[in-house]
Amino acid sequence: MAELGSIVEKVRSKNAGPFWLTIDIFCGNRDVFDRVIPLPTARVAALFGVEEAQVKRFEIPDLNVVKFSVPRPVVQGTRTDRDMHGAGWGALLAELEI
Amino acid sequence: MTRVLIPTGALGLGYDRAALARGVANRPDIIAVDGGSTDSGPSYLGRGVSKYSRASTKAEWRDLMLARAEAGVPLVIGTSGTCGADTAVDWLYDITVELAAELGQSLRVARLYSGQNGAEMTKALAADQIVPLPGAPEISADVLASCSNIVALAGAEQIQAALATGADIVIAGRTTDTAIIAALPLLNSDHAGAAWHGAKVGECGAIATTNPASGTIQIDFDAGGFVIEPLGATARATPYTVSAHMLYENSDPFILYEPGGHLDVTAARYSALDDRRVRVEGSVWVPGPYTVKLEGARIAGYQTVALALLRERRYVAAAREWADMVIAETRAKVAARLGLSDSDYDLEIRLIGVDATLGALENRRPLPAEVGALGIVTAPTEVLSAEIGKFLNPYLLHHALTEDEPMPTFAFPFSPAEMQRGALYEFCLNHVLHLQDPMQAFRLTVSELKHGTDVKMGPR
Repeated sequence: MAELGSIVEKVRSKNAGPFWLTIDIFCGNRDVFDRVIPLPTARVAALFGVEEAQVKRFEIPDLNVVKFSVPRPVVQGTRTDRDMHGAGWGALLAELEI
Repeated sequence: MTRVLIPTGALGLGYDRAALARGVANRPDIIAVDGGSTDSGPSYLGRGVSKYSRASTKAEWRDLMLARAEAGVPLVIGTSGTCGADTAVDWLYDITVELAAELGQSLRVARLYSGQNGAEMTKALAADQIVPLPGAPEISADVLASCSNIVALAGAEQIQAALATGADIVIAGRTTDTAIIAALPLLNSDHAGAAWHGAKVGECGAIATTNPASGTIQIDFDAGGFVIEPLGATARATPYTVSAHMLYENSDPFILYEPGGHLDVTAARYSALDDRRVRVEGSVWVPGPYTVKLEGARIAGYQTVALALLRERRYVAAAREWADMVIAETRAKVAARLGLSDSDYDLEIRLIGVDATLGALENRRPLPAEVGALGIVTAPTEVLSAEIGKFLNPYLLHHALTEDEPMPTFAFPFSPAEMQRGALYEFCLNHVLHLQDPMQAFRLTVSELKHGTDVKMGPR
């Protein structure tokens, strides 16, 4: 077991427009990519409080990147939004034990 | 073949002036720069203003106007003034007029307006021409009427129409990030998939290279693909940096929707021409219905905020309980003295150092040294918001966890403690508008600026 953020190069979280959040996991090499791949989508959905069916998942071996896109937990800039650029949510994935 | 010079990812962000000079010396066919996005939030669209300072914008635009004169090719900016509302287009136009006089330039300037009229939008809604995207909020004629600004995102066709006026400078309202770059290659019959893919790679300037801060890049489009070349002295584009850029701020890294179709890069091949240039082939443009995306923002209340700092360990440990007590006491007094019920306004306290970023999704709870208690009042009017902020003040300053203890005092970093944030705006559209004619929802205004001597224009 290890924190995901401690084995990959970078976890980047950003808005993809006001209504979506996208998180890119840059694994750096194929070995790490292969360790991240078994991460169940359901665990990611639970982290962000969304339905599993709403999570878009992309595995891109050419880049050793795993990418998740989810409907933003809160629409950007609304009263209850806490993070205008969607920058902070990636920490939840980076701190996940895999 | 079309060579597009991209000075920076956004006007106002700055760039390497030596790299820009190299780009001009390379004889581009057009200079294209982005002026904004939704990324800084709904307030800019709501108010129709730029997030960057006028002085910064003017200084950078001055350099680009000089580069344009030297290159003798059109200069195009998309999403002017951060949000691309009509007022933001006119703001940049005013700066352009000032600069033309200062620089002695005679110019034809085309303004492309993307602002939408509420009444026309209501008609389009009734005619089922406005279609929600996945996860879009519910809209109605009332929602449309409540927007202070609605813009449609122009595509390549509207930029081409602006270029067709013979404009030296095109100041465009809201466009897709890619349209200003893709427009000329498409007009020149370069490969359509390459035009859109190269535009996506280039829209953030040098972000798709090893030195994002260098800003300036050029992209050569041809009948089979495109080549990206960074112009910063140490910046390199590699197959990795270029292909990884499709991830950036995209919910799907292979598909990009644009007016009139979508780009599919699933089959794209990235090859290094040398250690700093990359050629890309194999991207596909898939034509579809002609739709433009809509963005709208409206006022959702007026906010007053106040910050108190808890440093005493007992209060730090009980910060949430304390904050809930402060809210309850404030609400009780607001009810008693203003006659307002809880649903007439909103009051929350976010705990900085505890869960201010993630709220209920936070799953780590270490004990911090201090906690910032950020009180946020959202009320229907500015006056009421300020008034409720004053009710909150004494509790944030002095509220005790128990009755039988001496009155505590917490740290206020400012006097006055309350800060009026003005209007809170919210995005309320995530929809597309179907168009018969691409220019149907857009307007062009062409102006001739006569100052100094005429600048020699190259062929186009």
